[in-house]
Amino acid sequence: MKSQGAAAAATAGPEAVTAAGRGRRAGAPGAAGGREGRDGASGTARQGPARRRVRRQLVTSPWLFAAPGLAVVGIFILYPFVSTVINSFTDKRQLIEGKYVGLANFRELLHDDMFWIGLRNSTLYVLVVVPALVVLPLLLALLVQKQIPGITFFRSAFYTPVVASIVVVGLIWVWMLDERGLVNAVLEAVGAGKVGFLSDQWLLLFSAMGVTVWKGLGYYMIIYLAALANVPRELHEAAAVDGAGPVRRFLSVTVPAVRSTMVLVAALSSVAAFKVFSEVYLMAGPTGGPAGEDTTLVMLVQRTGTGLTGRVGYASAISVVIFVVTVALMLLVLRADRKEDA
Amino acid sequence: MPAPKTAPEAPASHVPHVSGENRTVPGTRGRRGRVRDENGRRMPLWELILRYTLLLGVLALMIGPFLWQLSTSLKGPHENIFSSPPSFLPSDPTLHNYERVADTIPVWDYALNSLKVAAANVFTNCVGAALAGYALARLRYRGRKAATLVFILAMLVPVEGIIIAQFTTMRDLGLNNTLMGVLLPGCVSALNVLLMRNAFLNLPYEVEEAAFVDGANVWQRFFRIALPAVKGTLAVVAIFAFMGAWDDFLWPLIVLSDPDKFTLTIGLNYLHGTFANDERLVAAGTVIAVLPLIVLFACLQRYFFRGVGEGAVKG
Repeated sequence: MKSQGAAAAATAGPEAVTAAGRGRRAGAPGAAGGREGRDGASGTARQGPARRRVRRQLVTSPWLFAAPGLAVVGIFILYPFVSTVINSFTDKRQLIEGKYVGLANFRELLHDDMFWIGLRNSTLYVLVVVPALVVLPLLLALLVQKQIPGITFFRSAFYTPVVASIVVVGLIWVWMLDERGLVNAVLEAVGAGKVGFLSDQWLLLFSAMGVTVWKGLGYYMIIYLAALANVPRELHEAAAVDGAGPVRRFLSVTVPAVRSTMVLVAALSSVAAFKVFSEVYLMAGPTGGPAGEDTTLVMLVQRTGTGLTGRVGYASAISVVIFVVTVALMLLVLRADRKEDA
Repeated sequence: MPAPKTAPEAPASHVPHVSGENRTVPGTRGRRGRVRDENGRRMPLWELILRYTLLLGVLALMIGPFLWQLSTSLKGPHENIFSSPPSFLPSDPTLHNYERVADTIPVWDYALNSLKVAAANVFTNCVGAALAGYALARLRYRGRKAATLVFILAMLVPVEGIIIAQFTTMRDLGLNNTLMGVLLPGCVSALNVLLMRNAFLNLPYEVEEAAFVDGANVWQRFFRIALPAVKGTLAVVAIFAFMGAWDDFLWPLIVLSDPDKFTLTIGLNYLHGTFANDERLVAAGTVIAVLPLIVLFACLQRYFFRGVGEGAVKG
């Protein structure tokens, strides 16, 4: 929030100064913010009708300003959220209104193998992808931190996978990892033999995780770069004087200094990883690989809830599990952060 | 290539000595004359070589797959794309695959659909987020805190979890299987509203106060003073709205069923599902989908990077 404030203030700087110079100051320049209503009545020589006009504007215009945003968010985010929770207690289907069935959907989940497969895969995804996305982008940020010639090019190049659609990225890697694709051609050329990246249940899942990490590296690298810029030089200098090598300096100076950023990255990437859909959908296919063993929870929601006979109620119950785990992940990361502090 | 280890780097490098290990950048003087690290220490040659070696290695890993896709898309029907060892450059580059992909699926219509949704998404997000952000940051009214809370809650809702209910809502509105249906759920994103709110909060209040005293009404203050001062954040919102809509996959996949209305990402998925064995064709399709964004990124890098910082802080 600090860096953003600085940026916005910098943008505002010159205009703010000139405009402030030109304008007359209002009565008492009290504390910033929230003075909108009071100014009209603060006795700055404003006469009756004009004042009433301002008053009226102040009542209606805030809602006019906020209305489009509130409407969209209310109708397309919050209402669907609430109805997802409500539907999870019904046997509603697409095109068929449901009735209240209590916890039946959740009880069914407990005996649904596909649900457990989905939960297992989504959880595995978090366990593998999050550590990789906390550590690797930090190392990458250290690599591109120094202002050596051409570094801007490298930074941009490493960010390119972030810009590309997940569909493009997924299809690129489907071809790279194909039985006859580039990776296997190289493996074969060096005599290592072919690997069925896209045919084995586990290799498929781990390949998809690799793709997720590959696409996320550049994004988190930029976050870390901003954090690294704030690490005090003196710390590194002092450590160097004390004879600490690069590895030691990394562990004792850099890591503690960017720790809050690491927590942020862990929080962002764990929530994203648990909700993985596209990579696995594209690489394993809509049915989730051999015997559906690569299905993730969001894939299961999509598969269960859509179509003419889509079981909206049951899919909503899976969604509720996703909500709960997402919140739990956030709390877990924040709690781990606090524990380390103590 | 092994880094030649010469003098012990740390202590010696503080002494200004001249030797072959100082890399100098031709044509520059003074500060940029030598490559130094953040402590003003001259970087030894071995470290430079190590750094560039690693950088080039990562570069190959990050850009290589894109180039391989491009190369595949340019290879003609008679060239073996499965050769081992692989041939990285097309022996006889041709645009034939791009014509074929247009014959197979209406790829240009799909691109146009994506462009329509993305452009509309940019417009609605900029307008909606700026207006709502201004209301949250600057206007004083009963319920402002509640309104802010609504946007914060909306930002926290995991969208992947509510797609089925969104689809049902869209069907009730009669908008499923339309581009409008693709656009609407994200057309004013809560994150963007909060980004704009923060940008407005960071403006010095005195300016608008002065304008208020001079008799400017709320719209005048918004358009003439506040909005021009947050152009940077608005650009970030615009770019990420474009990228978000152009790249989106899950929601269009659910809401669009009619192949005539597909966006590019859904079209590519369809192409892949139907013609999976024609790698040249799929490669050409992906190049068409990714090229506009790479160009946009190359032109507006600054805002892409800035958006990461701002989005991460709020997200």
